[in-house]
Amino acid sequence: MKFSIQVNEGPYQHQASDSAYQFTKAALEKGHECFRVFFYHDGVLNGTRLTTPPQDDRNIVNNWTELAEKYDLDLVVCVAAAQRRGIVDDGEAERNGKDATNIAPRFRISGLGQLVEAAIQSDRLVVFGD
Amino acid sequence: MSDLHTVNKSPFEKNSLESCLRLSRAGSAILLYEDAVYAALKGTAVENMIASVAGDRKVYVLGPDYKARGLDESRIIDGVEVVDYAGFVDLVDANDKVQAWV
Amino acid sequence: MSETKNFMFLNRRAPYGTIYAWESLEVVLISAAFEQNVSLMFADDGVYELTKGQDTAGIGMKNFSPTYRTLGDYEVRHMYVDKASLEARGLTADDLVQVEWEDWETEESVDNIVEVVDSEKVAELLAESDVVFSF
Repeated sequence: MKFSIQVNEGPYQHQASDSAYQFTKAALEKGHECFRVFFYHDGVLNGTRLTTPPQDDRNIVNNWTELAEKYDLDLVVCVAAAQRRGIVDDGEAERNGKDATNIAPRFRISGLGQLVEAAIQSDRLVVFGD
Repeated sequence: MSDLHTVNKSPFEKNSLESCLRLSRAGSAILLYEDAVYAALKGTAVENMIASVAGDRKVYVLGPDYKARGLDESRIIDGVEVVDYAGFVDLVDANDKVQAWV
Repeated sequence: MSETKNFMFLNRRAPYGTIYAWESLEVVLISAAFEQNVSLMFADDGVYELTKGQDTAGIGMKNFSPTYRTLGDYEVRHMYVDKASLEARGLTADDLVQVEWEDWETEESVDNIVEVVDSEKVAELLAESDVVFSF
């Protein structure tokens, strides 16, 4: 079965991203396909590589990156939500005249249409939020 | 035709569970996870919420979330089934779609 | 992408206090480009999104409520309001914006696509949708 996942909250403040990660991992381990993970609202904050949690805490951003590497996941950060909250890749930095980028490995910034497309293309959309 | 409804908020903090129960149909499955797992406990002021739908909706609680919150499984309302993340995935698979009461 | 699905946007949050309502609206606007059957459901505090006369001048935030009135132009055919949520908040349909809809090709038109429905109907509409977006 083909799943897509929507994550509406940033890491740490809410359990949403952890739950989404655990669910996605379990689904992939069971042999299901994940069409896309879409990060929206404060969920875009999952996509910054500058996160540095204490050593005895889990690194949620790295967890997503590693899961994406293992299963070739498509991790998409919503561009409009990202612009509001300062998540920047090379393209966005150039377009908006920013002096730095912070997008984490394996994440990409794209439009809201990617969420709509995921909902159309997938058998199930599973939403995690506050 | 049946849907999986997911609820992740404590019934003592938000009305998500109440709305889910009111606006879900007979035959639906309901998964309590994150802070909603507290709704699965016996002897609370909201215990009757789960009891009121026990006849026509199947209620599940996510074991890892429940266990994390330090309460023994013997205190879970009779008829509520404990599932792990793989079970969560199976519920999503087995139902037609997921409605999240975030 | 030829497949057409019934999309339901389930809105349960009040505007301004959090950004969910506004960013949900942005998804609705984008989805118009994908030619799906789009409906919106307003329940719980989501019914507050539709109040008439919102004025945000004093809080320095954009008033996005006029956008709801244009949704008929974005392929949205139904906007449902949960009656129990509305009544619990002391509101009636008169407190809510009206949204016109017109089919440009057939010239079929509806004066107001905002419809107050009871709990049973809400449950039925949610159940009949192919995808529920929750905000």
